[in-house]
Amino acid sequence: MTQFIFRRALLALSVVLTVMAMAFVLTRLSGDLAISIAGPGSTQADVEVIRKAYGLDRPVLVQFFDWTRLALTGDFGNSFFFKDKVSTLIAQRMPVTFTLGFAGLALALMISLPLGIIAALYENTWIDRTALLLVMVGQAMPSFWLGLILMIVFGLQLGWLPISGTGSWQHFVMPAIVLAFTAVPALTRLMRSGMIDALGSDYIRTARAKGLSRSSIIFKHALRNAAIPVVSIAAVQLGFMLGGSIVIETVFALHGVGYLAWESISKNDFPVVQAVVLVLASIYIGLTLVSDILNALLDPRLRGA
Amino acid sequence: MTPILDVRNLAVRFGPTLAVRNASFTVQKGETHCIVGESGCGKSVTALAIMNLLARNARRDAQAIRFNGQDMLAYSDRQMEDVRGNRMAMIFQEPMTSLNPSFTIGSQMIEVLRRHHATTRHEAEQRAIALMQRVGITAPHMRLGQYPHQLSGGLRQRVMIAMALMCDPELLIADEPTTALDVTVQAQILRLLAELKQELGLGILLITHDLGIVARVADHVSVMYAGEVIESGRTAQLFANPAHPYTRGLIDCVPVPGKIRPGEALGSIPGTVPVMKDGFSGCAFRFRCPQASEVCTQAVPRHALGSDHIVHCHLAPSQGAGQ
Repeated sequence: MTQFIFRRALLALSVVLTVMAMAFVLTRLSGDLAISIAGPGSTQADVEVIRKAYGLDRPVLVQFFDWTRLALTGDFGNSFFFKDKVSTLIAQRMPVTFTLGFAGLALALMISLPLGIIAALYENTWIDRTALLLVMVGQAMPSFWLGLILMIVFGLQLGWLPISGTGSWQHFVMPAIVLAFTAVPALTRLMRSGMIDALGSDYIRTARAKGLSRSSIIFKHALRNAAIPVVSIAAVQLGFMLGGSIVIETVFALHGVGYLAWESISKNDFPVVQAVVLVLASIYIGLTLVSDILNALLDPRLRGA
Repeated sequence: MTPILDVRNLAVRFGPTLAVRNASFTVQKGETHCIVGESGCGKSVTALAIMNLLARNARRDAQAIRFNGQDMLAYSDRQMEDVRGNRMAMIFQEPMTSLNPSFTIGSQMIEVLRRHHATTRHEAEQRAIALMQRVGITAPHMRLGQYPHQLSGGLRQRVMIAMALMCDPELLIADEPTTALDVTVQAQILRLLAELKQELGLGILLITHDLGIVARVADHVSVMYAGEVIESGRTAQLFANPAHPYTRGLIDCVPVPGKIRPGEALGSIPGTVPVMKDGFSGCAFRFRCPQASEVCTQAVPRHALGSDHIVHCHLAPSQGAGQ
């Protein structure tokens, strides 16, 4: 088990290093950074000054190693726009994104697990078909559109919930619902098909032949096996929610990391962009690692691998 | 003596298809009763029907399924749960997949005892260890904490047998328990079942397609064809005097060492088991029977050829009884 974790961690680290290189290269590919920072209407002399000031005149490899060296110690430099340390900016925004991500995942699991289990228990009945229909509608609905509809109905017409900002827990209700909506279809389908497979398996027949109660058969013997893929996908979904909440944070003006990414991209604040990409990717990679470990804990057959 | 299991006119249907039709047989205490037949003849469905473990789309009808004189047809689901795994246990053909991969051997064995009897975890563990020892599992202490994937197929089937014995059942239903195992392990498992029958006075209902197994372990045989018991009797009697053309055909299919010459074809029964639908009448074997005649389209009579030997065939008395 220790060896398993060690190997996976090593793999995760190499992915992080690759992401660092990609983040660095992509920001440089978007054009001459000195010109973008200087802005329209600036003279050639201004651009040259900026190029010198930010060290952009040095060879690219030198710049990269310099950035990497500092980044590994947690120093991502200063933001061009906010005149603040990048690490401080991200640390300030993180709680909003985490609150939103965890609330979204919790809500998604609360909806999709029971829905998937019930659909599997009543496979091919109207109950199952209704659940699948709901899931399909959810999958087809763009999240920004759902966000806007919720805003109009609950925010503007009914006035139950605030439509933007981060002042109270009520501010997180609608964004969390929208975020959960993106994860519900996949999780429900996975739960349903996992349960159908498990319930049709030989070991469930054995459990029934042992005279075990229906609840023990469903919730202990079948669910334990059906939950394995759901757990790993849920961990990855959380990573997706933390990193991919850019649209929702923008729609609801929640000042999280996603919003920061959007702001910094639109303002060519490339140290922030690089850092945000790296941090979100690291979270994603970390959660994938967690998902692998959880999987191994749940499935004894994977522990040796 | 009241038989442990007395099945009267069992019928199982899946929609319009009749998987089992008026199957009747009994299992006595301390006796192995074999149900033998080709694939698709309704053997496994019969076993599952007795346990009331059929799929949701199956319908079970019977005159009676008596367990120690009590008709289980009248049992509620709850009452049936209390019988299953407790007084009546079952083992299956696929030892590789019949154990839950996510739980240890110990927890799966202990669970069944604690479901049916008030015992402490420690007592249940002790019983699991004793039974594993009895069925020939080495290092039972270590096995308790192991997972199914760490065990071979033969060991897993032994675990299944030990688990089936946890509650000291009166009847063990074994559905092709050795089909998935190699020959040496097969022999060991069969010997084990025979010993357990002696020691515990267990009634065993053994489902198999293998006449070699029947000859070795059965006290009684029922031959099934297309969902019907077409001949039954004491094993020695039935092998010496097979009365139904199908039984004779099956016996001819078994290669006997010393009797086969190189180059000579083994016996076989051409064709496959037909699918039975409503409204079928007459003998289901007539399409494959070498002796079939006009009379075989009529309702099949039941002949007793001695105290225990029963055959369902128009042609049987003149051929079977005379020998």
